[in-house]
Amino acid sequence: MASGSVADQEGQVMLLGFWFSPFVKRVEWALKFKGIEYDYVEEDLTNKSTLLLTSNPIHKTVPVLIHNGNPIAESLVIIEYIDETWKQNPILPQDPYDRAMARFWANFIEEKVTKPSREALISQGEQQEKKVKELKEAMEVVEGEAKAKLNDKTLFFGGGNGVGYVDIVLGWTCNWMKTIEEVGGFKVLDPENQPQFHKWMANFREVPFIKPTLPPKEKMVEYSRMVRQARLGLVANK
Amino acid sequence: MAEEEVKLFGTWGSPFSRRIEVALKLKGVQYEYIEEDLTNKSPALLNYNPVNKQIPVLVHNGKPVAESFVIMEYIDETWKHNPILPADPYERAMARFWAKYIDEKFWPAAKKTVVAKGEEQKGAIDEIQQQMKNLEGELKEKKFFGGESLGFLDIAANIIIWLVVAQEALGMDQILNEEKLPVLHGWLHRLLDDAVFKECVPPKERHLDFFKVKFGSSIASK
Repeated sequence: MASGSVADQEGQVMLLGFWFSPFVKRVEWALKFKGIEYDYVEEDLTNKSTLLLTSNPIHKTVPVLIHNGNPIAESLVIIEYIDETWKQNPILPQDPYDRAMARFWANFIEEKVTKPSREALISQGEQQEKKVKELKEAMEVVEGEAKAKLNDKTLFFGGGNGVGYVDIVLGWTCNWMKTIEEVGGFKVLDPENQPQFHKWMANFREVPFIKPTLPPKEKMVEYSRMVRQARLGLVANK
Repeated sequence: MAEEEVKLFGTWGSPFSRRIEVALKLKGVQYEYIEEDLTNKSPALLNYNPVNKQIPVLVHNGKPVAESFVIMEYIDETWKHNPILPADPYERAMARFWAKYIDEKFWPAAKKTVVAKGEEQKGAIDEIQQQMKNLEGELKEKKFFGGESLGFLDIAANIIIWLVVAQEALGMDQILNEEKLPVLHGWLHRLLDDAVFKECVPPKERHLDFFKVKFGSSIASK
């Protein structure tokens, strides 16, 4: 049994994760896309393992990728590492300008869609309204990009029929978003005004290596509900 | 050979904009600099960065790139001499991890140390001290985060200078002092001594005045 020391994992790829985390899921998608074998360790976030705490002492969060004994944290940093270490099935485009565009959109998604969504899940009233407004504006931009880049021949932002960096970064929306809306009690998804984005989500869900990884709805709702109640409970007790 | 046209839209006081100047100068890339008035953004800026409408924006042969780390990676991949990022993927990951840490954790905390009051300010100061200790752990015995010469993380960490100047402007005790943070303190002085880097910080007097004007009254009313 591993002693928990990072040095024991020589030559291995290990991913410390949590079933619900969309950040962990992204890293799994990147690994599966490249056909990389890895050991997955499910963390109990209420009782974090020594391995997690020593591998990511700064943030103490998942995902953490441990490769040849070396730990890497932060999902976008991990994905770029994976892309640079395993050259088959490139995730980022080759051309520097295209790479810059992909990174720009990844940043935009994190700052304007991912972060406000998490905040909307754990807030209410005026604070939540503010986040939902931000989200709606961001989704207009996302829909604009989807309209500009996607069509019947180009299903994904990665180009053609293949997913790429932006798809992997945005991918969590394809089923987490609905859960967050339901549990948080707000509406951001709008099939009528976001037709291209909804087409993209539907296509993404069906990608053969993505589909089996999506957690079941009821489990996601239950967990999200617990997170929301815990956070709001904390705020109320202040 | 095709004409290379490089433009940088920035502001004199923005650490994000100054990062790009360092990167371009380290590579010896000729560029045209356009100083933006953020209270009256130029049509060109709004055209080149319609999504965020922010500086810095690099325009290379008419094609715009925004977001300071995205621009820095683009520069490194386009002009391959004098690399800013290390060659090894793991070391690149570490540079990116800590750069992200600086923008996502350090920068908000730094702002709080200057703007917040009482307990909240004290908490922010403690937080920043810990963050800088963490950065020392990454720097260790090295001359710069990039090793013998400036790299991606040194450029990203330029924001530390903004905190130092703000604290000086407002007569606050320096959090980054030689006693508590000797390793980072030494690094900062090497950074400010570097021939390229020192061209890319705001002029000291003007920078001090800027902070005095912006935050001075909030300190006076304590």
